[in-house]
Amino acid sequence: MIVAKRKPLGEIAEMLASYKKVTVIGCRSCVAICLAGGEKEVKMLVSALKIRNRKEGKRQDFEGLVVERQCEKEWVKEVEDKILGSDITLSMACSLGAQTIGDMYPKHLTFPGLNTGIFGVPEEQGVWSEKCVGCGDCIIHTTGGICPISRCAKSMLNGPCGGSADRKCEVNLEVECAWAAIYDRLKLQNRLDLIERITPAKDWSTSHSGGRRVFVREDAKLTQHQKKGKEVVL
Amino acid sequence: MKAGSNLEKVLESGKFAVTAEIGPPQSANPEPLTHHAKMLKGCADAFNLTDNQTAVVRLSSIASAVIIMREGIEPVIQMTCRDRNRIALLSDLFGAAALGVRNVLCLTGDHQTFGNEKGCKNVFDFDSIVELQVFDNLRREGKQPGGEVIKDPPKVYLGCAENPFATPYEFRVSRLAKKIAAGTDFCQTQAIFDMDMFEKWMDEVRARGLDQKMHILAGVIPMKSAGAARYMKNKVPGMIVPNHIVDRMKSAKDQKEEGIKLCVEQIEHLKTVKGVHGVHIMAVAWEEMVPRIVQEAGLFPRPTID
Repeated sequence: MIVAKRKPLGEIAEMLASYKKVTVIGCRSCVAICLAGGEKEVKMLVSALKIRNRKEGKRQDFEGLVVERQCEKEWVKEVEDKILGSDITLSMACSLGAQTIGDMYPKHLTFPGLNTGIFGVPEEQGVWSEKCVGCGDCIIHTTGGICPISRCAKSMLNGPCGGSADRKCEVNLEVECAWAAIYDRLKLQNRLDLIERITPAKDWSTSHSGGRRVFVREDAKLTQHQKKGKEVVL
Repeated sequence: MKAGSNLEKVLESGKFAVTAEIGPPQSANPEPLTHHAKMLKGCADAFNLTDNQTAVVRLSSIASAVIIMREGIEPVIQMTCRDRNRIALLSDLFGAAALGVRNVLCLTGDHQTFGNEKGCKNVFDFDSIVELQVFDNLRREGKQPGGEVIKDPPKVYLGCAENPFATPYEFRVSRLAKKIAAGTDFCQTQAIFDMDMFEKWMDEVRARGLDQKMHILAGVIPMKSAGAARYMKNKVPGMIVPNHIVDRMKSAKDQKEEGIKLCVEQIEHLKTVKGVHGVHIMAVAWEEMVPRIVQEAGLFPRPTID
């Protein structure tokens, strides 16, 4: 899932300082599961902002609400009145949600309440770790199911580097060395021949290096006729 | 001859080679390089110019190489993958070769978080093995990874580094084999303090016949103090300094003198290890000691080969 972190309260308050009526919109998808921008976090932020204002003698109206998935226009459309009825929207979704609102209502201001971080996995309660960077050309079937692009600090294709000590990464001694993990996994699977082979230069054109990516599924697209039948057309 | 460099001639003729390191300055002043070149001339077969080592911004490796070449000594440029994508790596390789550089050491590079520009964006388009493979294809066939075939490819002698002391240990010889398959001609190792462990690694290197396929130059670092020994033992990832070495440095009356003595003894020992074809002396910020170490280790004068 997409893992995000709330921005510090001070930074959020400063962003919103010159606006009277603020709508704070959370999302029930990834950011709710990673405890950054779900219903509970929206409520907590709104009350924290109110308390802060009370202390400082400032007056602003805050209203908090949550949508199912902020990156999908249909769900955002349902709260259109709340968005357009305010001076500014603070999105408590990942950047995708914030940009969806921004693209739908370009004249209206939508600011980010979260810092969007990683494609990550919950390792234990309260701990998420990055395991993919979306390079667009998955190779984990050759690396024991472990992604070196995201899990190695140098994205090495032929690791480990010379800084791997006690199977930890030299950049962060708390983090396992991805290539030590790959070696161990391949050994366990009796597939060490894979690590003996040279993985040649990677074609990064499938990643963000190739420019902004748009994935199209022709078979899933609606025809003009079908689109007319849909309620939400933007 | 692949490149016709002095280092290549010494190694290919079967002589025991000596390389040493010169750290470029953190400034635009060429004087420290000229100073070191004059001081070190004749005491090694070629000199490595580090490429922003530990990610600290320094005068560039290629520019440094040209500066020391003016003093009549041969450079080995280090090229890391941290700061340059393949366009820049290939372009710099062409440029370096055009300026007369004949030895290139391919490295992945220290991560930028160790350096003095921690907020920078890294590149890592390649790793060191891919870099070797691409440079080797280029010098052999003039072929770039994108398919373009060029005229007048760079004639360079290619090297790599390897660390026998990084984990997983059992993969380290295989990784050297990968570098050989990628086209390396020589390998400078991480500094060796644990001789037993290094010899075990060499046993396996020889068992796989890898010492016959390229030249291993064993790395040494002369230590200035017991503090330096402790620092390398505890703070440098992938470096192993046994306790007896730290203790020996600690109990020495003159620690600097002991550091030199230890380094000379290490070289004497490494000369006897079968498959080791040279030493690489990394006298970090202590370059002035290199002539003495080479002299005392019985490696002076250096051979001249036509």
